[in-house]
Amino acid sequence: MEGPPLLEVDGVTRRFGSLVANDDVRFTVPRGGLIGLIGPNGAGKSTLFNLIAGVFAPSAGRIVFDGTDITRLPAPARCALGIARTFQVVRSFNAMTVLDNVLVGALVRDADTRAARFRAHEMLVFTGLDGRARALAGELTSPEKRRLEMARALATRPKLLLLDEVMAGLTPTEAREGIELVRRVRASGITVIMVEHVMEVVMPLVDHAIVLDLGRVIASGRPDAVVRDPRVIESYLGAGHA
Amino acid sequence: MTAQIVLQVLLSGLLMGLIYALVASGLALIFGLMDVVNFAHGDFLMVAMYALFVLVAMSGADPLLLAPVVTLVLFAFGAAIYLGIVRFAMRVQTNRGMVQVFTTFGLGLLLQGLAQTIFTPDYRSVDGGIVAGKSVALGGIILPMPHVVGALISLAAFGLIWLLINRTDLGKALEATREDADAVALVGIDRNRVFAIGWGLGSALVGLSASILATFFYIFPGVGNSFVLIAFVTVALGGFGSVYGALAAGVLIGLIEAMTALLVAPSLKMLGVFAVYLAVVTFRPRGLFGSM
Amino acid sequence: MAQPQTIPAPITAFTSRRRRQLAVALAVALALALLPLAVADVFVMNILVLTILFASLSQSWNILGGYCGQISLGHAVYFGIGAYVTVALFVDFGILPWFGMLAGAAIAVVLALALGYPCFRLAGHYYTIATIVIAEAALLLVANAEWTGGAVGLQLPFAPDSWATLQFGRTKLPYYYLALGLAVATWIVSWVIEDTRAGYWWRAVNSDIAAAQSLGVNVFRSKMAASAVSAFFTAVAGGVYAFFVSYIDPTSVMSFHISLLISLPAVLGGIGTLWGPALGAIVLIPMGELTRSYFGGTGLGTNLIVYGVLVMAISLLRPQGLVSLVHLFVPRRA
Repeated sequence: MEGPPLLEVDGVTRRFGSLVANDDVRFTVPRGGLIGLIGPNGAGKSTLFNLIAGVFAPSAGRIVFDGTDITRLPAPARCALGIARTFQVVRSFNAMTVLDNVLVGALVRDADTRAARFRAHEMLVFTGLDGRARALAGELTSPEKRRLEMARALATRPKLLLLDEVMAGLTPTEAREGIELVRRVRASGITVIMVEHVMEVVMPLVDHAIVLDLGRVIASGRPDAVVRDPRVIESYLGAGHA
Repeated sequence: MTAQIVLQVLLSGLLMGLIYALVASGLALIFGLMDVVNFAHGDFLMVAMYALFVLVAMSGADPLLLAPVVTLVLFAFGAAIYLGIVRFAMRVQTNRGMVQVFTTFGLGLLLQGLAQTIFTPDYRSVDGGIVAGKSVALGGIILPMPHVVGALISLAAFGLIWLLINRTDLGKALEATREDADAVALVGIDRNRVFAIGWGLGSALVGLSASILATFFYIFPGVGNSFVLIAFVTVALGGFGSVYGALAAGVLIGLIEAMTALLVAPSLKMLGVFAVYLAVVTFRPRGLFGSM
Repeated sequence: MAQPQTIPAPITAFTSRRRRQLAVALAVALALALLPLAVADVFVMNILVLTILFASLSQSWNILGGYCGQISLGHAVYFGIGAYVTVALFVDFGILPWFGMLAGAAIAVVLALALGYPCFRLAGHYYTIATIVIAEAALLLVANAEWTGGAVGLQLPFAPDSWATLQFGRTKLPYYYLALGLAVATWIVSWVIEDTRAGYWWRAVNSDIAAAQSLGVNVFRSKMAASAVSAFFTAVAGGVYAFFVSYIDPTSVMSFHISLLISLPAVLGGIGTLWGPALGAIVLIPMGELTRSYFGGTGLGTNLIVYGVLVMAISLLRPQGLVSLVHLFVPRRA
């Protein structure tokens, strides 16, 4: 891949008290890439995700996005620079309509509510939620809510989209639709990082996988190579299976 | 201003502060346990004072002897309020912020309205019993007996809370629920029961403090309003939800109040307390003694 | 992506809903403008003025409490500032109340921002508690200050009827139209806010802070802005109220009871809705006035019981407020 990377995570460490959730994590994400961030429970995936999204700052290290050092930047400023995210536990604005939920995302790029509303509707069409535009977000089913999170994030016109376990709890049919949606997002030129706990979901989809265990990167590379890495197998299955 | 006056003021402030700490302890306990502010806290205090008033009128017994009864009555009252009302407010999905404030707030209005209707807005007082009108003299410093006894009871109560939390199974259940209410359900602790007991205990502490206050303070339907402000400030200063923080903060508030009355003007004594509150909120939003 | 050829159905539906809201408001305002033709009684007129004034106040409160979700129980501060500044400027310097109200509103906005700086870093309950404490501190200060007349308060001097000085000795009618004008203004401001970027951001902050932040919303600035708008109109209404009653003292314009009367209509009628505050005021204010005049001192007890039961019932059974009951008869989104 050519050109400077879109995202550069440079020796990032995050401590919570005496617990080291991320330990000297470093990797780069090329423009247009689709990256899987995987690892067993407690591997530090969520912490890393939140560090990139700007929920909290690292204890040490640097994060550079699109040439800007964003290490200390709060979440709203990162959104303005072009980082969007979904939440593992969905966070819809339940009392607002589906269309208004997505509109909130669109407004960061467009102060004119009418133009933003059109943009929001396009995102609903893109995610297949346009039929539910006027429902209250609280009335959606949980797969619909996951799509809504995606539509809302896309409405911010991100360069980088962070997906936090968007496939969790979906039926196989829903998951297939989800994967299709992620592919279309990527095809529209947006770089995607997916955090998933279940390897089977991400591996066929991503072009690069990063495996975390106990806060460290233990493997990084093409998915087919990564799944054969003894350390990865050991971390998922426990010692003895390697 | 002589040293003796200063000492007199500081000691009176200390005694009042210990009583304020007890008034706030129930609020802190409930808040710490379940992250709910009882906006009817002051009205619970008012209910307890009227309960004591009625009990004294009926039995003619000494108010301090009846304090344990009021404490028990308030335990039942608090647990019932949780089970009958607050429990449902915690389940609401829409407008949660509003619901959590206004459920207990509405309850407070209702209790005040009932008190107005039943007891009229008149000021009442209970006969202070054995402590009434007495005082303790220490080398020229005179301290009213009700305040001295009240402060001692407050210290004893904080000692009992410490024993309860650190030395009993119930205390362990409370601590565990406080730390992670969802996880305790997995180890077989009935969260609702713990919360009900928490509301009972918090309200019992209100009952105890009301019994002390009633020996030297008037009883009227709005009596809770003045004390609840002090309780809010105490809890905010002490670090929300910390019972021991409330003890330290209560003493601090008693001292600030007394010194403001001495140095500025008695009518502005609360202003010193409010000023300290604003300063703390600005510079230490989690309170003086709050962790994290 | 190109602009769509035809406007999508959800967007046309939204636009026509906005127009309908405006049409309903126009009809209501016209009906209210004509209402005095049918009302001659001074007592009834008094209640009408208060009801409309508190509908407007609660609508202002709703901008911060309803849209932005910051539950203030200390709005009496802004109300009191509006009342005191307007009256004091008129009594001491002869400044016309029209300018006095603007001055009061400006001071209220500055205060709202100054207090917001520490308070808006507090979440949820912590913020509500801070508003109660601050209002109480302000009450204490006003009751002990000289320019406010202390506990005695301020009395407007007797003057001939005039729209310039907003003094009318013989009739309450001008105050009725003044209150109505203010209510229409706050309603329109709310209506406009509902479809602005700030309005959507405020509701996002109310609903989920983390999600709002991830979508580029500056939470602190949103709360500050909502607070400033809310304080502005609350203070203007305080000025109108002061000239309506012509005598103010600390308890009548700055006590906790005022904060209650400002917040409860919105809570009862429907927090964060366009018509909730007005609906709540129509239920609460006349009831309060009637019980007070018929039961006298014990009326306050009755009022508190009814307020308490209504507020609890709404919180537990119908948190969307009374206005949501209307949808039982009228479909929500036609």
